[in-house]
Amino acid sequence: MGFTLYTLLQAAILCVNSVAVLHEERFLSRIGWGVDQGVGGFGDEPGIKAQLMNLIRSVRTVMRVPLIAVNSVCIVLLLLFG
Amino acid sequence: MSLFYFGSSRQQQFEMDLPHQGYRASKQRGRGPPTGGESMLFDDTSTSGMSTQGSYYTPGYNMAGTSTGMQGGVNNLFADPMANAAVMYGSSLANQGKDMVNKEISRYMSVNKLKYFFAVDTRYVLKKLMILMFPYTHQDWEVRYHRDTPLTPKQDVNAPDLYIPAMAFITYILLAGMALGIQKRFSPEVLGLCASTALGWMVIEVLVMLLGLYLLTVHSDLSTFDLLAYSGYKYVGMIFSVLCGLLFGSDGYFVALAWSSCALMFFIVRSLKMKILTSLASDSMSTGSGAKPQVRMYITVATAIFQPLIIYWLTSHLVR
Repeated sequence: MGFTLYTLLQAAILCVNSVAVLHEERFLSRIGWGVDQGVGGFGDEPGIKAQLMNLIRSVRTVMRVPLIAVNSVCIVLLLLFG
Repeated sequence: MSLFYFGSSRQQQFEMDLPHQGYRASKQRGRGPPTGGESMLFDDTSTSGMSTQGSYYTPGYNMAGTSTGMQGGVNNLFADPMANAAVMYGSSLANQGKDMVNKEISRYMSVNKLKYFFAVDTRYVLKKLMILMFPYTHQDWEVRYHRDTPLTPKQDVNAPDLYIPAMAFITYILLAGMALGIQKRFSPEVLGLCASTALGWMVIEVLVMLLGLYLLTVHSDLSTFDLLAYSGYKYVGMIFSVLCGLLFGSDGYFVALAWSSCALMFFIVRSLKMKILTSLASDSMSTGSGAKPQVRMYITVATAIFQPLIIYWLTSHLVR
């Protein structure tokens, strides 16, 4: 099965893009995954859902600017080389 | 990667050196590096790679020096002043490149942590290969510590290392090329495709395991390199299966696949159980301990189930 590193890179970019386009107030709050609904009790045991919401929020915060650059590069390359 | 920074005048001598090193590295999988040099390699971490690079370069220098001497036909090595100047220029360029490479690499990952995984010796490699193929008689699976730091693989046979996975990966690629050549399906692109496929699956597996460990708040001391090591041990099983498939045909392949899958599943479950499940003691004292051990067991078992599937996926096209 052909599985080049370029395919892996494409899959990673697509996954990170898909996490970045989840809108905070139109979508995540509607289904109860917003940032203000995440805090459970204090101390231990955040639980899977809280961890996932934290992960989504941190990915969106961290990767917003680099994704602009990476997507622009991808667009230019795909326009030039097909 | 540091070989790219040599001066162009010395290119051909080092290219002659390179396949020799690669051959030795892949064929010496059953034997570790010489133990005297290796203990110096691990203990001398204060000079951050200078001693290791120095001891690696000197055999090449001696070979190239004697070969230019023989070509000149004189006993004195540097009789020709231009060759002398070229050697000096090339070595200063090499030193600059070496420093730059070391600086860049140490920004992204700590080289000392990586050195821990390569501090192996022959006895450890042989015992570990035995345990990987037949783990049912091994009694003590606990990784021993020494004042809060884990022991090196030289002193503790349960410690994970990266030497066996790296060598097994290279051997697997070479074996895949050989198997395809026997079936007359070989072309040079296939080697690269095989290598990147296997590498891609390893990256995916490490990422999924990291994600699973993070989501379930398992505060274990499994670092990324540990997970890389544990997911690289399956290449030993792959090599064994492909070898048996080549020697004994399709039946031998399936028997070897079943044997190495069971051994590898047992090994993974016993090794990860120590690291994942025992972190429960330091964690949450009061609530939720009913569901937690089961969920952690799910991670371990899922990792173990994944190994035979990927072994079959990556080797079945080599043995027809």
